[in-house]
Amino acid sequence: MARTVWPDLAAQIPTGFSHGSTSIFAPAGTPAHSIFGLSMLVLGITLAIFLVVAGLFLYAVVRYRHRAEDANASREPSQIFGSNQIELSWTVIPILIVVLLFLATTRVIFMTQSIPKPASSLDINVVGHQFWWEYSYPKLGVVTANELHIPVSDPKKPTPSYLTMTSADTDHSFWVPRLAGKMDLIPNQINTMWMDPQQAGLYLGQCAQYCGVQHAKMLIRVYADSPADFAAWVAHQKQPAVESADPQAAAGRAIFQHNSCISCHTIAGTVATGRFGPDLTHVASRETIGSGAIPNNPANLRAFVDNPEHFKPGVLMPAMHMNDKDLDAITAYLASLK
Amino acid sequence: MAADAPVPAETAQTATTHSAPRRLVLDILNDWVTTVDHKKIGLMYIGYALVFLVVAGIQALLMRIQLSLPNNDFVSPQAFNSLFTMHGTTMVFFVGMPILFGFGNYLVPLMIGARDMAFPRLNAFSFWISAFGGILLYFSYFGASGLYGAGSAPDVGWFAYAPLTARVFSPGHSTDYWTLAILLSGIGSIGTALNIVATTICMRCPGMKLSRMPLLVWLYLVTSSLVFVAVSPLTAAQIMLMLDRYIGSHFFDTQAGGSAVLWMHFFWIFGHPEVYILILPAFAFANEIIPVFSRKAIFGYAAMVAASVGIGFISLSVWAHHMFTVGLGAGANTFFVLATMIISVPTGIKLFNWLATLWGGKIHFTASMMFAIGFLFQFLIAGLTGVMLSIAPFDWQLGNSYFVVAHFHYVLVGGILFMIFSAFYYWFPKMSGKMLSEKLGKWHFWIFLIGFHLTFDFMHVPGMLGMPRRIYTYEADRGWMIWNMIISSGAIFQAAGTLLFVYNMIWSYFKGPVAGPDPWDAWTLEWSTPSPPPAYNFAEIPSVASRRPLWDLKHPEDPDSNYE
Repeated sequence: MARTVWPDLAAQIPTGFSHGSTSIFAPAGTPAHSIFGLSMLVLGITLAIFLVVAGLFLYAVVRYRHRAEDANASREPSQIFGSNQIELSWTVIPILIVVLLFLATTRVIFMTQSIPKPASSLDINVVGHQFWWEYSYPKLGVVTANELHIPVSDPKKPTPSYLTMTSADTDHSFWVPRLAGKMDLIPNQINTMWMDPQQAGLYLGQCAQYCGVQHAKMLIRVYADSPADFAAWVAHQKQPAVESADPQAAAGRAIFQHNSCISCHTIAGTVATGRFGPDLTHVASRETIGSGAIPNNPANLRAFVDNPEHFKPGVLMPAMHMNDKDLDAITAYLASLK
Repeated sequence: MAADAPVPAETAQTATTHSAPRRLVLDILNDWVTTVDHKKIGLMYIGYALVFLVVAGIQALLMRIQLSLPNNDFVSPQAFNSLFTMHGTTMVFFVGMPILFGFGNYLVPLMIGARDMAFPRLNAFSFWISAFGGILLYFSYFGASGLYGAGSAPDVGWFAYAPLTARVFSPGHSTDYWTLAILLSGIGSIGTALNIVATTICMRCPGMKLSRMPLLVWLYLVTSSLVFVAVSPLTAAQIMLMLDRYIGSHFFDTQAGGSAVLWMHFFWIFGHPEVYILILPAFAFANEIIPVFSRKAIFGYAAMVAASVGIGFISLSVWAHHMFTVGLGAGANTFFVLATMIISVPTGIKLFNWLATLWGGKIHFTASMMFAIGFLFQFLIAGLTGVMLSIAPFDWQLGNSYFVVAHFHYVLVGGILFMIFSAFYYWFPKMSGKMLSEKLGKWHFWIFLIGFHLTFDFMHVPGMLGMPRRIYTYEADRGWMIWNMIISSGAIFQAAGTLLFVYNMIWSYFKGPVAGPDPWDAWTLEWSTPSPPPAYNFAEIPSVASRRPLWDLKHPEDPDSNYE
């Protein structure tokens, strides 16, 4: 039980929709907003049905209970076998409600899934892996992993982000509740979805389709940046990897390139061109490692390289089991990849 | 030669006293293993299901311990994944199906005035093949240990989406055990379904037209017909999966051009009718129990039959509402939204007819009736959350979240399990000849009700706050912990209630008051024979003139046959 964390209980009380919120009732983009509006209508109608029907049941159960003290308690009540008029009325009224709900639903389905893609949109390819996310921006020449950056979309001049999704292995599902509903990533199939966050900030989510041992720690972080911040981020990501002058980092680079690290990871501008694991060209610019599993700092990086199983049991990266000197060097190298 | 020698009297005496109980046990065992009596097979189905109910319940408790705190490590991720896989598979295939087939086996022949099922030997075969399926599934916990990747239970989820089940992602044999177990259970289910259909069509007593069949029998007819249509594709899919895993075919092998979505279609064309296969028998119990304890005939018999048959047909066209996030496109999504919403109409008709049956009655609050009333309220809520999930855009948010887990447990526990408990309190006297304790039954009801609502009411919340299902742990900053603690606390009450129920059955079997043939003053044919009924059911085949033959007997001045 060593790793059990007892969180601060006060922090567990839902406090509005601040940091950490993944509530579907705090929409921050158009698809999530239109679902929110529809869900309020549906909640209202179903609540009304519940109150009426449950009220009638409650009344019947109380009113028609058997009373032993009644004069004719032992006589059977009058037997009623049915009534066509009544049957008809409780068939027709539900049908009318169904028609109403169906029309409202159809509108939102087509608004979300069938509207034309604006020319100003940003294309992003998403590939789901056990147990991390690969993101690439084909028109911008950027490849990154696990932390998705997209621009804030001004409703007057919309710049929605279109995700084209598939999977490299098993089924996954991309779900960031505050931005949009989920969409599955399925091997051999291309799915699309779009998001248009209207406020800058970090939006959290996670894989929503069971994909193997570490399904639980396949977390999603979407950073909605202001247009200027986004442009700066893109410019930085397009650079090849930083060549640090620090001797320890240089030693780490040599160790990285002489070990099996390069068969799975890419570091742009070096011999490391593996694609099985996340792109590490700018790994130090990310806030987390292990697809959101732990904060990105030198101590965590070092422990992760040494034995990733400790943080993500079932992870496909093998434990590297290096000596302390090599571990320190690798950590210095990775931490230098701003 | 010793055999010829005279045995001293004293030795003979001891030999007899020693071997008599042993012979008795073997006789009893032989009697049960070789029986083709529909009542004994029914009871074996029920007993077998109760054992697995306890096993899968314990699995649920372990999962709830793990999830009550964020970043907990009470069980490993691998263990958690096999816990939810085994819990789901067991509850659907080795608790739900056998317990409902058990009641059907026991009750259908008795209610239509028959002496047995149409094919008694097929009946025994179906039970044993299903039972073997369950044993095979659990054998995977120890089976073939020592071989690479084997010796652990299946961990691919109860709907086992491709390509996770492919050999690359699931090496070892646990997925094979899962496939074989489902295959066997499916063969057993199809056998019993065939038997129930043949029995209802061919074995009814004189005077029992289709329009006079008890509603329970009607619903079992619809359920069994659905089993044919729904279980066959599942069985086919299991064979395809085995071919993929063993001889290198590529139905679901996406790395060689197979289709993951194909498996989803195969699974859910089974999976959604399966929900109705499980809930229709629960409706069947309600149709018998609510009228008897309201002291009124069922309201709208014809509408109830029409609604049941309607649900059966429509349920075959709703499967892709499990696939709203798969990318089928706006057109297909719209079709499945409509089909799914329409099924709420006949389901609503049923609820309203039960309401009208209560209306103007004299409701007796027995333990059985209390569970039935709990069922009515809970099934109403389950139906309404079902309407929410049928709204495809809402489902894009709620699908595969804890909201869905809460919804289907509301159906399976709040609906089906409550009606199964109700059925136990109602028919246990017929099956055993002893009454269950009403006092313990009411304690059972209240404790289980509290546990149920603590767990499953609050389970909707983390789903709406973004918690997906099937995660072995979660982040501390999401605000999900408080809800998960409440959910887990309810599980303790449910376990306590279930223990009380098991104790009640054992105690009442030995010490309960004698039931007599008709303790509830009921109206259908099973109450006209002794409790428990003799092997031949009826000394003389009855003949009936209405839907409530015992009402006609008890009220010769005002028989139902005057009105039908």
